[in-house]
Amino acid sequence: MFHRFANPARFMAVAAMILPWMTALAAGLLLVGLYFALLASPADYQQGETVRIMYVHVPAAWMALFVYVAMAAASASFLIWRHPLADIFAQAAAPLGAAFTAAALITGSLWGKPMWGTWWVWDARLTSMLILLFLYLGYIALSQAFDNRERGARAAAVLALVGMINVPIIKFSVDWWNTLHQPASVIKMSGPAIDPSMLLPLLLMAAGMKAYFLVVVILRMRARLLSRRVQVLKLLAAET
Amino acid sequence: MKAKRKRLLFALGGIGLLSLAVALVLSAFEENLVFFFSPSEIAAKAPPASQRIRLGGLVEEGSVQPTGEGLSVQFRVTDGASSLAVRFAGALPDLFREGQGVVAEGRVENGVFIASEVLAKHDENYMPAEVAEALKRSGNWQGGQGAEK
Repeated sequence: MFHRFANPARFMAVAAMILPWMTALAAGLLLVGLYFALLASPADYQQGETVRIMYVHVPAAWMALFVYVAMAAASASFLIWRHPLADIFAQAAAPLGAAFTAAALITGSLWGKPMWGTWWVWDARLTSMLILLFLYLGYIALSQAFDNRERGARAAAVLALVGMINVPIIKFSVDWWNTLHQPASVIKMSGPAIDPSMLLPLLLMAAGMKAYFLVVVILRMRARLLSRRVQVLKLLAAET
Repeated sequence: MKAKRKRLLFALGGIGLLSLAVALVLSAFEENLVFFFSPSEIAAKAPPASQRIRLGGLVEEGSVQPTGEGLSVQFRVTDGASSLAVRFAGALPDLFREGQGVVAEGRVENGVFIASEVLAKHDENYMPAEVAEALKRSGNWQGGQGAEK
């Protein structure tokens, strides 16, 4: 199963193989996605050109949730089965998730001012999304708060698991309570409430951001593994 | 029992209990978590004039008119079952139009909602103007369903 890939040496080999392809894929998808999002898609019948903010806002918000779920799953794997690579993944992913969350909050605010008439409201969706940002920041702070790296990693992993409760709250906040934020347009029972000409750039941007995330997370994991190897080699050199 | 199995059960149990606690807290605070009340809910609650609340619903078709005092406008907000008159002096957001969802913040005075702020509520439908036109022409238009319920 995963154990075969949980070996750092094998990870390094697979990463070296995937990285160039994934980088090209990310750049290609984001360029084509941005072309469709900014130029080759129609304006909305209500929102006009402001709708283009959605092509960054929605994929960023999806990524914010996706990265958190991946981070929590890796934290569980680290806590329960003690996979060392799982912790390295979770710590590499956290700042990326925080950045996606911040991007979703900022672009949402820029859209909210002209459309709703306000930068920010304390409704259930916006508030739970802000809590997600704090969870990411808390995870990063906690993982670095101990002199003993292993203890910090474990405390942060517990926080990541506890914060998992916020994910369904974010997703269903627009259905459980009435909010100013609109309900889901793409992932809903009756099919997307979004025109195909607007769905295309949205999905391209979503795929592009996912590929971008994989590229950066692999780079960060590789850097962490290499720096650990350097530490070990230094220790060995000091002993002899 | 193996240590791995023990840690797994501990994690699952902890998350289960925590979810239960959060679910109880959220259901207890239901009243405070909703962003706005519908005209029917406000009619049923009859809040005192001193209490600031938010009203949400659709702007009734043909109800928007100036009150004659400066920039102030008056319109009715409906949820299909019941409606409430709203008075507001200030700048309305871009998306404000008849049949569209709004959320107003203010107080109820003598059966009229005096709003200090009006926000537009956007619905989840995205389409180009030509598609919206075509839908209207073919009679398949379902617009103005912005606010739920």
